[in-house]
Amino acid sequence: MSGSTDTRFHHDRVDLADLVAIADHEPVRRRAAGQKVGGAVILVLAGFVVAILVTNPGFDWPTVGRYLFDVSVLEGIAVTLELTIAAMSVGIVCGVVLAVLRQSGGPIPRFAATLYIWFFRGTPVLVQVLFWGFAASLFPRIGLGIPGGGFLVSWDTNEVIPIFAAAVLGLGFNEAAYVAEIVRGGLLSVPAGQSEAADALGLGRLATLRFVVLPQAMRAIIPPIGNQFISMLKMTSVVLVIGVGDLLESVTQIYSRNYRQIPLLIVASIWYLVMTTLLTLVQARLEKRFGRSLSRVGGAR
Amino acid sequence: MTDVATGPVIRAHDVHKSFGSLEVLKGIDLTVERGEVVCLLGASGSGKSTFLRCVNHLETVDRGFILVDGRLIGSDLVRGRLHEARPSVVTERRSRIGMVFQQFNLFGHMTVLENVILAPMRVKKEAREVAVERAVRLLGRVGLGNKQDSYPAHLSGGQQQRVAIARALAMEPTLMLFDEPTSALDPELVGEVLDVMRYLAASGMTMMVVTHEMGFARQVADTAVFMSEGRIVEQGPPEKVIGAPDHERTRAFLGKVL
Ligand SMILES: Nc1ncnc2c1ncn2[C@@H]1O[C@H](COP(=O)(O)OP(=O)(O)O)[C@@H](O)[C@H]1O
Ligand SMILES: [Mg+2]
Repeated sequence: MSGSTDTRFHHDRVDLADLVAIADHEPVRRRAAGQKVGGAVILVLAGFVVAILVTNPGFDWPTVGRYLFDVSVLEGIAVTLELTIAAMSVGIVCGVVLAVLRQSGGPIPRFAATLYIWFFRGTPVLVQVLFWGFAASLFPRIGLGIPGGGFLVSWDTNEVIPIFAAAVLGLGFNEAAYVAEIVRGGLLSVPAGQSEAADALGLGRLATLRFVVLPQAMRAIIPPIGNQFISMLKMTSVVLVIGVGDLLESVTQIYSRNYRQIPLLIVASIWYLVMTTLLTLVQARLEKRFGRSLSRVGGAR
Repeated sequence: MTDVATGPVIRAHDVHKSFGSLEVLKGIDLTVERGEVVCLLGASGSGKSTFLRCVNHLETVDRGFILVDGRLIGSDLVRGRLHEARPSVVTERRSRIGMVFQQFNLFGHMTVLENVILAPMRVKKEAREVAVERAVRLLGRVGLGNKQDSYPAHLSGGQQQRVAIARALAMEPTLMLFDEPTSALDPELVGEVLDVMRYLAASGMTMMVVTHEMGFARQVADTAVFMSEGRIVEQGPPEKVIGAPDHERTRAFLGKVL
């Protein structure tokens, strides 16, 4: 066996003219064998999943379709969005204050901020929301007065803190603890030379923070805050326990009447996915915008 | 309050400063007259930056005092004792002292023009047009009239440092402090920054410059001050201090840098 007829081993021996003739063609890329097998396995699995989704009557797609745009579902979506925005606003405002206190306040503010973060990160948000929901039983009336000496003026707690506000406070105060950590990390990411230059120019502490440090901290803050927004959107579903009327509560109300739990949970999931997808797109845009023109050059120290 | 247009710009008396147990300044006495250019020389770690930073109160002085334009920066004299001044007061007094850093410290998220107009608008509450007009003039003077809308990251080190000088000048300072303004620059970019500083000195600005550029010190400084281990060892005309120093330490230092 001379091997000269086995052309498998002769492909590397070529005419220069042949090569030149095909020089502008891209070589055909090989795919690793593992990639082909992996791809095939995934396709087969996907096929199974689709088959199950289609053939199992338990998914009850007609019901999904019927309730997808149901008025009470749409109302639930509105409540979920309102809750998300309100709770994130509370969380961001309180979180920035906490971060600034922790970074540059005196020892007592710093300790208070640390204590706050310890408490709110250390207890489940579900428990916190329940607390706010039952605040009325803890303090039936709130008002101004001397501790132990009765009220001068007071209001019915349930009127001052309606259940929606309880939900917002529960979610927002919890969120503030996480935002505070994110903002603190962002502030620390700005080189000290930046605030020093602002100091030397005569900018006060607040102006330095507002015009010099915070805008540059944004690049480090925006991506994780975007994630927090997405988590919050899903986390609002815990307010189900105090009855605010969010998306999840809307579908549970419906299936408590018609017992079609699975299709209605699918309705909720579809909407949560739609909303988180939109938020992800917004986040990507913001990241692009705030990434522009920022640089470490000239700020290093 | 009126500006003291006469008398020395800086009067430092017996300035002491420690970081923890490390005594960095061990009694500095220095007077800088109006229009005078003082170059601070000395080995790394001798306390030059710390002294410069004490002048505009980026560092607090432990003992002694520094008057700028006849006024205390970081403290007030109340009933025979110095009391630390409120931050807002310090900020206001500091705004007439320009400072230029080794690392430029331009604000990276702002264009060149925005860097220059920020403090006039936010500290002096100037109208935007007024601030812009001056900024454009100053940028022209440092040779960067065409870079207004660039971001710092897109400029060379020499250009960034010239912007930093324009930014400091925009507050119309009576005193300019430079902390090794050319030490972070590639050698071929040093000249353009020194040229701007030379021009500034010629225009009558009072300047205190920490530098290792002996050529510049000889040529531009009215007074050269040599510091070692937190003390002023020798001071006088640069041709004397650099050319024919009295002290062994000065000679040893110059032997290394020249
Ligand atoms: N913020 C600080 N904390 C602790 N030590 C410092 C600080 N700033 C400067 N030092 C120390 O003080 C000494 C003098 O520093 P510096 O004034 O920067 O010297 P120079 O500018 O002459 O090189 C050095 O030993 C330095 O390590
Ligand atoms: Mg130094």
